Amino acid sequence: MRKPARILLFSALVAIAGAFSGCTTAQAVRAKPWERGLLSDPTMDPNRDALATAMLEHVYFSREAAQGGRGIGGPGCGCN
Amino acid sequence: MNRPGLFSLAAGLSLASPALAGAAVGIGDVFPPLVSAGLAGGTLPDTAGKVVLVDFWASWCAPCKASFPAYGRLNAEFAPRGLVIVAVSVDEDASAYESFVRKFSPPFLVALDKGQNLVRAVQVPTMPTSYLIDRKGRVRYAHPGFRGAATEQALRREIEALLSDKTP
Repeated sequence: MRKPARILLFSALVAIAGAFSGCTTAQAVRAKPWERGLLSDPTMDPNRDALATAMLEHVYFSREAAQGGRGIGGPGCGCN
Repeated sequence: MNRPGLFSLAAGLSLASPALAGAAVGIGDVFPPLVSAGLAGGTLPDTAGKVVLVDFWASWCAPCKASFPAYGRLNAEFAPRGLVIVAVSVDEDASAYESFVRKFSPPFLVALDKGQNLVRAVQVPTMPTSYLIDRKGRVRYAHPGFRGAATEQALRREIEALLSDKTP
């Protein structure tokens, strides 16, 4: 087989594999419910140290003249 | 096969593996046999011809902790009539499982799904999830999540119905 044809075949095979794989869905990158043990660990909580959070908020407020707006979802097991 | 061909095949198989994963066990499906699931922790009772409640839980899951007293009550109420409760832990950390069991000392059978093989076969939608299995081994009810008294009441009603069902 000539080289360009081989490259074309290779690209086509990879594209087909990708199209029929879990990469096409969001499921592939999500931890399954039974795999969330590490995510629910207290050390995964970005606000586990209340004092450090208060200090960071103070710095943020001083520099940006704004506070709050950090209502992102925390860790957890995602139960229920 | 030439080298690009082999590489493409390997890439295809690795990418396609999530899509090839088994489908979730649902209502009406035969529940995977517990005896061959390689569960650790206790001797599994004979479940043939019995109504079985299988609960998937983990030590890191707060609603799972909340569900244990309810399963204890259901066990006290229905075990004399033939209900078997098997609480399957999906903990990856065996010591966390053991300390949880020591702390709560549940009155029903608890087991550890060490390699998470059973839960992977069942594909539970959330933690915890419980399955009520009839005498023929088919899933009749599933409860994704535990919602306190509402789930307990629903389970009580369903267990009662399954235990009263005398159809062979």
